Formats: sequence, C-alpha cells, structure tokens
Amino acid sequence: MNVEAIKSIYFFEMARMRRTLLQSVISPVITTSLYFIVFGTAIGSRIQSIEGVSYGSFITPGLIMLTLLTQCIGNGSIGIYFPKFTGTIYEILSAPVAMTEILIGYVGAAASKGLIIGLIILATASFFVDISIAHPFVMAVFLVLTAVTFSLFGFIIGIWAKNFEQLNIVPMLVVPPLTFLGGSFYSIDMLPPFWQAVSHFNPVLYLVSGFRWSFYEIADVNPLLSLGMVGLFLAICLSILGWIFHTGYRLRS
Amino acid sequence: MASVVSIQNLTKTYGNGFEALKGIDLEIEEGEILALLGPNGAGKTTLISIVCGLVNPSGGKVLVGGYDVVRDFRQTRAMIGLVPQELTTDMFETVWNTVSFSRGVHGKKPNPELVESVLKDLSLWAKKDNMLRELSGGMKRRVLIAKALAHEPQILFLDEPTAGVDVNLRREMWQVVERLRENGVTIILTTHYIEEAEEIADRVGVINGGKLLLIEEKTALMKKLGRKQLRLELAEPLKILPDSLSPYNLTLSEDGAALLHEYKGEEGDGSIASLLSMLQAENIHFRDLSTRQSSLEDIFVALVGEQA
Ligand SMILES: Nc1ncnc2c1ncn2[C@@H]1O[C@H](COP(=O)(O)OP(=O)(O)OP(=O)(O)O)[C@@H](O)[C@H]1O
Ligand SMILES: [Mg+2]
Repeated sequence: MNVEAIKSIYFFEMARMRRTLLQSVISPVITTSLYFIVFGTAIGSRIQSIEGVSYGSFITPGLIMLTLLTQCIGNGSIGIYFPKFTGTIYEILSAPVAMTEILIGYVGAAASKGLIIGLIILATASFFVDISIAHPFVMAVFLVLTAVTFSLFGFIIGIWAKNFEQLNIVPMLVVPPLTFLGGSFYSIDMLPPFWQAVSHFNPVLYLVSGFRWSFYEIADVNPLLSLGMVGLFLAICLSILGWIFHTGYRLRS
Repeated sequence: MASVVSIQNLTKTYGNGFEALKGIDLEIEEGEILALLGPNGAGKTTLISIVCGLVNPSGGKVLVGGYDVVRDFRQTRAMIGLVPQELTTDMFETVWNTVSFSRGVHGKKPNPELVESVLKDLSLWAKKDNMLRELSGGMKRRVLIAKALAHEPQILFLDEPTAGVDVNLRREMWQVVERLRENGVTIILTTHYIEEAEEIADRVGVINGGKLLLIEEKTALMKKLGRKQLRLELAEPLKILPDSLSPYNLTLSEDGAALLHEYKGEEGDGSIASLLSMLQAENIHFRDLSTRQSSLEDIFVALVGEQA
C-alpha cells in the first residue's frame, strides 16, 4: 500500500476545497437555509405535523441527504475529471500507485467534504427547527455509507465523462428528481397507491427513509432494508470500478 | 554496462486499430544519455508512455531495472521520472505544492530541503509561491522537470524538453542533465533538434513509422554513416576529368573550378593520399582545399527519406 501517495492525493484534494470554500461550503448552506425558511418556517407552519414530527423537522434529514448526494457526486466526479481534462493525470497514472489507492485518495476526499458539509447543514438546520437524533450511531453509519457510495458513483461519472456537459448531466438532471420524488418533503403514505409503488424503485427513497428513521424513528420502509439498499448500491459501484480498473477504461489506452 | 531498460519486441496497436509501434527492441544502458530522433508521429511518445505506464503495451515486454513494467509497476514507476511533451499543469496550484505533490504521489516521504534544492537548480525558487497560471511557458516547462525530479528518479524521460524553450533555459537544462548524469541518472530524451542530440547524447536512436531504424553510439554513427566531402579549388579550371581519376568518387563543379571527392568517414585518409598523388602525376594543381563532415541531420534526413 502506497500510503504516502494516498495521503498526497487526499490532502491535495482537501486543499482544493479550502481554496474554493465559498462555492463548496457557503453555497449549499445558503441554499438549504432558504429551504428551511420557505418550507420549514413559512409554508411549514401551515402544514400539519407528520406522525407527530413538525414539518420543518421532518424535511431536515431529506435536505441533508439531498446536499450530501449532490456534493459527493459533484466532488467525486470533478476530482478525477479535472486532471483528466487538463492532462495532469499523466502524473498519477505514471506513479507507483494502484488504482485502488487513487480511488481511496479521491473518494476519501470527496466523501470527507460531503460529510463536513452535511454536518454543517445539520447544524444550520438546528437554528431553524427542533431536531432530535434517536439513534446517533445509525445516523453516522447512514451518513458515511451514503457519502462513500455516492462519491464512488461520482468518481465513475468523472472517468466516464468526456466533457463538462456529460459531467454535469447526472448531478443536475438525475439527482434532484430522485431526491424530490424520494420522500424528502413528504411521507410516501401521502401518495396514491400507484405512485407509492413507483417510489419503491427510487433508490433515494431508501436513503432518506432510513436516515430519517435514525432521527425520529419514523420510516417509509424498514430501516434494515434501507441499509441493505445502500449496501447494494455500494456493491454495484465497486463492481463497475473493478471493471474500469481492470480494463483501463478511458484512463489508459 | 548493464542495461537498465530492456524493451523486447514491443508492439502497440491503439484502440482505433492504428499500429503505432511495430516491434521495437531497445536496450538502454545505465547512466547513458540516449536521444531518440524521429519525425512527427514516429512513435516516440508512445514508446515512452508504455515504459512509464501511461499506455498499455499490445505485445512484447518492457523491463526496468529487471522488473516488468506491467506486473511490477510499483518498482518500475518508482524509478522513473517523466517530463511529458505537453505542457500540462494544475493552473491553480502553487509551484511548491505541485512539486511536493509529485514527490508524495511517488510514495516518498516529504523532504522540503530536497524540493528546495530542485527548485533552486531550475531557477524556480523565487516563484515557489506563485500559481502555475502566473508563470511563463518556459517556467512551466521547468516546473514539469522539477516535478519529475522531486522523487529522485534513477531514470529520467524527457519528451521534447526543449520545445518552446529559449537559449538560456536550454543551456540551464543541459546543465541539470549533465549534473544528473554525474549522479548516475539514466536519461532518455526525444527531440526534433538534431544539434541537441549531437551535443549531449551518448547514443542516438532513430525511430520512424513505429520501427527503430538504428541505434548507435553517436560518434560511431557519425563515423559510419557520416559522409565526408573533400573540396579542391583548382588553380586552372578543367573541362573534363582525366580517365586516370575515374576510380575516385569525383565530380567536377559546374564551372570546372573545383573537384569534389566524396568518401565515407571511416575509409579516411587512404583514398585521399592516393588521390592527391594522382593529381600531382596528372599535373593538376589546386590552390585551396576544405573538408566537410555531414551532420546527424544529414544522416537523419537520409535515413528517414530512404524509408519513405
Ligand atoms: N491515443 C491514441 N489513439 C490512436 N492513435 C494514437 C494515439 N496516440 C498516438 N496515436 C498515433 O500513434 C502515432 C505515434 O504517435 P506518437 O505520439 O507516439 O508520435 P511521436 O513520435 O511522439 O510524434 P511527435 O514528434 O509529433 O511527438 C501517431 O500516428 C499518432 O497519431
Ligand atoms: Mg511525441
């Protein structure tokens, strides 16, 4: 294991985040604060509480997940795409590092950033609404697993993308609908039966539901099933990466 | 001397079916400076990229320090430093950070003194806290060299290091190369400037169309392939060459005022001595003489032209 190399990549990436602090941290904080003001305080005060949880508190886990997904996919993809784009990737590919070590460095940094931002949002939320965490350990497990899984997913997109448009298409076009329709802002019990069934094909539903359970012990699906789905998605990402590393897909000709 | 890089029947066919290398065999000796010459698209960068691990070989094998570049990539890549042909830089990084990163990613513990001395050697010390986008093209080239040296490689690949580089930097670069060689570093460079190869290389290889046309010690190459020309300015112009001079490879200049004698560098004086005495016998006098040796450039053009 080339630990020095992993450390170098990790800290190099984290330094990039410090440089782009405004964009990386402040903008998601502002966005989510707006959500809390509009949905939590303004509209939320007129919405009845869901299973005994006030609306503002109810949407908090979903909002954290939304930010975590977007951040991890974004950071995970740009981290590897940018050196590919500028050509500086030659250095990593000609260094004595295995692809798994490159992965640990980039994905570790992307997941760390996502987690930091997720926790900042949680702290921000506590200014606007009442938050209680019933199972802190489970919450941490969900956070870390989700961060790692979606940073891996971002890494795959970064390797696959040939231009900035492709790079942005998944985070911009796929993630928001999945999150909005994944029960971030409502319990799927509120949907007609047909849409309830459709929702079960949405992976984000399981994330949000399980994560919310760790806060308020209310869930759309069994929390264990949620955990299983995150694990399944993690396994899928890892297998795709295994294939990419094995074939050198879009990295080595 | 032991060969530190051993390339055996190496082939490369790119994904689009293009055959960039067609069976290259090359032994690179420890501590030498090898210059690879070849026209655009000859396959120089492809060859280097395979040795460095950027491109997967299609056939054959490459050993570096006895290790296979594919299977034992950790050992081989740790030994190699690469300065790529393209100027690729992290625009928003500082010189110091990007060079330190290179060292780390090669698995070496941080060593600020070493990074400092590398930067000083390449006259980059004053710019260490500047972002790369604030540097001139030649300075960026130096940063790439610094990055390649940051992990103290035993083998250095320089892919067209002097493209877009001014005379000063070129001289400075050769000083660095000379110092590295004194420390036992093996250096492989590609170039289009033949004077460059002539000036600093120990051996010269010529690649064209994915094949290694020749690899030879520079001086031996010049001797073997370099043609020499003797030019005799005659005291009185001649209309035709006397028959007695026909065995010598002679031509008369258009105005008849000079005799040109072509001979191979290694044949040397023998033919000249007898030519001169024959001229004397024929009562042909000359008032001046000069010789000219063909350069690597002539050799190169002749070789590549022959193949085309
Ligand atoms: N990724 C690639 N896919 C397909 N063909 C390629 C690829 N890279 C290089 N080639 C082709 O392989 C041949 C050799 O290219 P290479 O870059 O090795 O040449 P070179 O000798 O370094 O040339 P130059 O002096 O211009 O740098 C060229 O014809 C080039 O078009
Ligand atoms: Mg080239």
